[in-house]
Amino acid sequence: MSQDVCIEVQNLKKYFPVKMGFVSTLMSKRVPQVHAVDDISFVIKKEEILGLVGESGCGKTTTGRLLLRLLPATAGKVYFKGLDVTAITDENEMRRLRRKMQIIFQDPYESLNPRMGVFDIIAEPLQLLKVAQNLEELRERVMEVLEDLEMTPPEEYIYRFPHELSGGQRQRVAIARAFVLRPEFLMADEPVSMLDASIRSEVLDLLLGLVKKHHSSFLYITHDIALARYICNRIAVMYLGKIIEKGPTEDIILKPLHPYTEALISAVPVPDPTAKRSDIVIKGEVPSAINPPSGCRFHTRCPYVMQVCKTKEPKMAEIEKNRYVACHKYKA
Amino acid sequence: MALLEVKNLKMYFQTMRGYVKAVDDVSFELNKGDTLGLAGESGCGKTSTALTILRLLPWNGEILGGEIVFDDVDIVGMNDDQFRDKFRWKRISAIFQGAMNALHPTIHIGDQIAEPIIAHENVGKKEALERAGKLLDLVGIGASMINRYPHELSGGMKQRTVTAMALACNPSLIIADEPTTALDVIVRAQVLKAMRELQQKMNLSMIIISHDLSMLAETCNKIAIMYAGKIVEFGSVVSIFKEPIHPYTAKLIGAFPSVVGPKTQLSSIHGFPPDLLNPPSGCRFHARCSYAMEVCRTMEPKMVEAGGKEHMVACHLVGA
Repeated sequence: MSQDVCIEVQNLKKYFPVKMGFVSTLMSKRVPQVHAVDDISFVIKKEEILGLVGESGCGKTTTGRLLLRLLPATAGKVYFKGLDVTAITDENEMRRLRRKMQIIFQDPYESLNPRMGVFDIIAEPLQLLKVAQNLEELRERVMEVLEDLEMTPPEEYIYRFPHELSGGQRQRVAIARAFVLRPEFLMADEPVSMLDASIRSEVLDLLLGLVKKHHSSFLYITHDIALARYICNRIAVMYLGKIIEKGPTEDIILKPLHPYTEALISAVPVPDPTAKRSDIVIKGEVPSAINPPSGCRFHTRCPYVMQVCKTKEPKMAEIEKNRYVACHKYKA
Repeated sequence: MALLEVKNLKMYFQTMRGYVKAVDDVSFELNKGDTLGLAGESGCGKTSTALTILRLLPWNGEILGGEIVFDDVDIVGMNDDQFRDKFRWKRISAIFQGAMNALHPTIHIGDQIAEPIIAHENVGKKEALERAGKLLDLVGIGASMINRYPHELSGGMKQRTVTAMALACNPSLIIADEPTTALDVIVRAQVLKAMRELQQKMNLSMIIISHDLSMLAETCNKIAIMYAGKIVEFGSVVSIFKEPIHPYTAKLIGAFPSVVGPKTQLSSIHGFPPDLLNPPSGCRFHARCSYAMEVCRTMEPKMVEAGGKEHMVACHLVGA
């Protein structure tokens, strides 16, 4: 494996069994399963920011959780710098890995313990993973990360409780907690979707500043492809458990290849009433992931659907340089 | 001729710590066929403005002044029964935030749509259900779905059902509060398209309340920007987006990313909105404004016409 890869995902799958009643459990032979993540592969290079984009229910959050092993995978491998994360059985080893892989959650109103002060919230991971040698170092690390997030002077904030902070400040504390460990890999699931537009980019800039400072690799999970454009080096688009397109951000935004990506981008509203837009509105809604459509999963809604799409699943292929698409429209 | 005229409206919430000035001296006009986008950050008073117009205020909400003139009738002074009989649903109806949860889970959607028709018009159940079916056709769900329960519908269909309900008694004004926030991008585009077509077909007037300026840019012809209980800028959608005058409007528009055109820097506004229990003196935006002058701290700017017809702004930079 090459030196500059941080995360490599190979044929990752996650199926969730569907909850059934007692009688139907006895009657049916097979438990139906939700194909939340179905055979996806991708790579995040060192210091790269990858955006995982898709609608709700496409499996993007599940993917993120599988990477950090907050969920066990059904099949497939996740490598963190060559180490197979899915195969770790030793709890201590997993714990050591947690120092290097961190997560920022979506909702800062729920992810912070209301009974803990800001200092304790940020210091907790250092204490749990026994990173700081003494109290002084602990204090220093907490202060440093608060200063990085422009919560200055830090003395003013460390004694506060979450309810004494605004939404933007809370999310900064959540970011601080992840970065106080100086992780090599960071995953954020919609980190700014709960914040008002006016403070969103400020928080994002601070987050990106820390990613740069610690040379971290970053997986940014979002439904907002317009915002992903401003953050990510590369984008991977998911639909119903599959990655259907991946490539450099600007290429995908300005010239999407997969019909789904095309529809997704044309559906995003633009803050300009005079902008000329292509008016592709695809019909219907995302089908169920319990019985996903055969062939290409998008064929039920695709405006360019052909006979082959209904029966044969398209393979991911490099259509142009660095641009990978899974669609029968393109011949590799 | 204005369909709705709001003049110097003041609505405060009474709390243990004093009055929260949620709507403070708000004025605007809406003509027939207009779609007005009421935009602003959370807590700026946009939903409170809508609830005041609909007279759906909670017990501690108090109208302290101003007029709401709908079709030449001041509805502030009207008593509740009169308003319910003559206006709500029939003349002014609403689409509330979170259509998913606005529907009753154990009643057929047809019956739910028929309910306001039966309550407000002198018609029998059979006829009301017939009309409910027609409304479902109109919003693109189809009359065949009339006996479905909400859990059998997808998010987009529930949103359309709630829209059909708002149309049930042929109102002339619909107030939609964050009508598409809970929906996914593609479904949202479908619903917005359907709403636009309906509005044109029926010559409806609408007020759409949202924090999402991109969405408003695509649906409205007029925009009002609210900040801390006040409207700070009002104008046609093109003049607001192309020539914003108030520093808050400009920064807010700049904070929204776009998927077309070249990539530009996103702007952000430092700090956070003020506490409406004790709003700042002078211009309420002065603490976060990069152009703040001495006068902004002490004197409240008045709404003045600037930059063309019907473009109003309250900022000391204008005419200074």
